Amino acid sequence: MRTVAVVGASLAGLSAARSLRKQGYDGRLVVIGDELHRPYDRPPLSKEFLAGSLAEADLALEPDAEDLRAEWLLGVRAVGLDGPQRAVRLADGSEVRADGVVIATGAAARTLPGTDGLAGVHTLRTLDDARALRDELTLGGRLVVIGGGFIGAEVASTAYALGLDVTVVEAAPTPLAGPLGETMGTIVSALHADHGVRLLCGVGVKGLSGESRVDAVLLEDGRSVPADIVVVGVGARPCVEWLAGSGIELDDGVKCGADGRTGLAGVVAVGDCASWYDPRAGLHRRVEHWTGARERPDAAVTALLAGGAVEPSAPRPPYFWSDQYGVKIQFAGHAAGADSVTIEEGARDDRNVLAVYRRSGHPVAVLGMNQPRLFMRWRKQLATAA
Amino acid sequence: MMIPACRLVDLPRGEAYRLDIDPPVSVFHTDDGEVFAIDDTCTHQDASLADGWLEGCEVECPLHASKFDLRTGAVDAPPAKRPVRTHEVHVEDGMIYVQLSLDAPNLPPCVAARLAGGPA
Repeated sequence: MRTVAVVGASLAGLSAARSLRKQGYDGRLVVIGDELHRPYDRPPLSKEFLAGSLAEADLALEPDAEDLRAEWLLGVRAVGLDGPQRAVRLADGSEVRADGVVIATGAAARTLPGTDGLAGVHTLRTLDDARALRDELTLGGRLVVIGGGFIGAEVASTAYALGLDVTVVEAAPTPLAGPLGETMGTIVSALHADHGVRLLCGVGVKGLSGESRVDAVLLEDGRSVPADIVVVGVGARPCVEWLAGSGIELDDGVKCGADGRTGLAGVVAVGDCASWYDPRAGLHRRVEHWTGARERPDAAVTALLAGGAVEPSAPRPPYFWSDQYGVKIQFAGHAAGADSVTIEEGARDDRNVLAVYRRSGHPVAVLGMNQPRLFMRWRKQLATAA
Repeated sequence: MMIPACRLVDLPRGEAYRLDIDPPVSVFHTDDGEVFAIDDTCTHQDASLADGWLEGCEVECPLHASKFDLRTGAVDAPPAKRPVRTHEVHVEDGMIYVQLSLDAPNLPPCVAARLAGGPA
């Protein structure tokens, strides 16, 4: 291979570029990113960066001395892929021809329809999003967070610490029931009430009110929640529109094998846009976690460089973390399919628990709240048992 | 400065012992029977590496994914960017002693700010 193009310059793209060099690839390496920023770390955007305790320089993912000998094309969006030619078309009309392509275009925050142009309404995905939201939060006021998932909960926690009046609106009866199951979703989301943050569950959002600036969130049950700032945290969609017509199979993201290979020779996909086959579960799924974006490119690059001549090694069980109201929340494995969950250590009322999810008696997932040591032991056990 | 940590027999292979000095230092006993001492705090965020995932001569931070080499302190991947300090270890009469490094520690921003008396 003489040229490899990595499309996407966030964690997954950077990890792929690093893996390429680490695994001995010595050819031309082009990294394409639609943001102007060098690769930066996103998890602090809803936490330390938003709170003002981490500066932009602290978000950089590259140490000063790192040199990947890559050509960085930043601030330019990929708009198409010629599959057979493996040519990436860019928004400025140019194209990058490559022997290998790594698709790492990530996901974009979902928005609420009809809220464009209304001041005070934010999503949180990029550094620019976080800058804009941080500037408003420093003014204080009433914040309504739409969506009680991890991003929404972290923003609520950060804003609470900054002294804002915070309400979280969640359409599902139990927040976090998808990733954590109902029992633990209830326990984790109780952190809001512990701190006087209102949590309204089981009610959808009908729309927002306000002339040029938002002034309230209108709920489907007729209630209206006054708001000076609104954060919409209702998930993300994979950024794969640019691959239409490329011959790449798309199905909630780029459909990949268990090592990130797509149906096109010389093209792999990693990170939030990629829907990898999970041999244990027997299905494809997108794993939108930092750890997957960091670790899976190693396997995808191995597959890319070997042309598929190596057997994929099973990735570790998915792992993610969250920090809310000073509590460290960690989760590994898959809660879906568990038939029991038991608290093995700590007390739910102290928000200090280690919970194990089992299916037919076998551990399939583990949750820790302020239990990093025990959690790590269980996480290790999950990985070796799998 | 030479600091007594713990007895070698009290530190099984695969385990770590944390010395609660400031900043804390941890002693690791690898599965191969080697003993190393490094700064206990991950350089990315306030987390105890003694709680981490020890494999060979590397320990993975219990919170995120960075791994530190116990022999050199080097870090393999983000989110941490800076190495941890390593300290010399001596075992005498079954007791593990740590010879503290004279280098400045690489503490994460929140811990460094706290030690400096600034906002956490």
